[in-house]
Amino acid sequence: MSLTLQFIPYQEIENLSSLGRIRKLLNIVKEKKIVLLEGRLKKEEEAELIKTTMEEINQDFKGIELAVIYPGTQNLDFVRKLRVQFINALLGDRQGLTIVGPASIIKEIKKDPNRIQLLTLEPSKRQSGKKR
Amino acid sequence: MLSVMKKFVNKVFRNLFRKKSVLKIGLYGPPNGGKTTLANRICMDWLGEEMGVASPIEHETREVQVKEQINIKSGNREISFSLVDTPGIATKIDYENFVRKGLSEDEAKQRAKEATKGVIDAIKWLDNMDVVIVVLDATRDPYSQVNITIIGNLAARDIPVLIVGNKVDIRKADVKKIKAAFPQYDVLGISAKKGTSIEEFYEALFVLAG
Ligand SMILES: Nc1nc2c(ncn2[C@@H]2O[C@H](COP(=O)(O)OP(=O)(O)OP(=O)(O)O)[C@@H](O)[C@H]2O)c(=O)[nH]1
Ligand SMILES: [Mg+2]
Repeated sequence: MSLTLQFIPYQEIENLSSLGRIRKLLNIVKEKKIVLLEGRLKKEEEAELIKTTMEEINQDFKGIELAVIYPGTQNLDFVRKLRVQFINALLGDRQGLTIVGPASIIKEIKKDPNRIQLLTLEPSKRQSGKKR
Repeated sequence: MLSVMKKFVNKVFRNLFRKKSVLKIGLYGPPNGGKTTLANRICMDWLGEEMGVASPIEHETREVQVKEQINIKSGNREISFSLVDTPGIATKIDYENFVRKGLSEDEAKQRAKEATKGVIDAIKWLDNMDVVIVVLDATRDPYSQVNITIIGNLAARDIPVLIVGNKVDIRKADVKKIKAAFPQYDVLGISAKKGTSIEEFYEALFVLAG
């Protein structure tokens, strides 16, 4: 079994409309690839991504798994907190990493503050949607 | 620039009407967290009737439900509001999960189709809310992106939020973990089913909406 990860640098979505961004991500995910997007969508775009995903769910496309990783400041001392906040403010949505994958392949993305786990479905189960 | 203006105008308008129209309190969260169970408890406590059907199978609520004119009182305080129970928000829906829970193939496909529409409606209704109670199953991982997206969208809209860690009657419930995941928010552990800490819940509602 193999998984394809496709990296999208932030500048590839920077000048796209919200719709364009969502389209780009969903098109790749529908090719059964996992997107690693540099940076983040806006909060409203995340909600829009879920809405569009719901509109397009069918026999072959069961939806997405989504995770956004963003440097938090919870466990830092004051000086380091300020530094991270400064960098976050400077880089805006360019900061962080967004992972989007097809739900038919990724069962769950577990995200503790310091660790990301992609739990995949066994290949046998992945087929089941296609047989019908 | 335009979107900033639009946001501003929207906000001014919303604040203008917020005072006059009825307060809308929304129940939001992932499927199966206990939104409808909590809605039923609130309605039983203050109206003496239930609001909707709860079920162990996800996506039981597939249409936004509104219960109007709920008045809650405590001492000399009183708030009156409409309660809005929403379909659970998910990023994926697989009808085969419903088949596994015992539904027929046709029922499962129908439920999945309605569930996708329900998620869309729930998201659309976000803009109508004045206060939102996010209902999370405290036995589950709070760091899921759906939770973060819901709470982030409420923050982006300046809607006051109370996070409820539900199902504290189950031993593996972990309200502290929810607090750690959302440190800037008020998090209250309750059991909608058993009624645990429901008085504290109403207290928190007064603070948030009163
Ligand atoms: N043990 C326990 N179970 C609960 C509690 N609250 C709800 N449940 C159960 O959790 C399941 C889901 O409850 P619902 O109220 O239907 O959940 P919901 O959030 O409305 O779910 P959707 O409508 O599918 O989004 C049901 O089997 C409830 O009986 C609780 O406090 N404790
Ligand atoms: Mg429900």
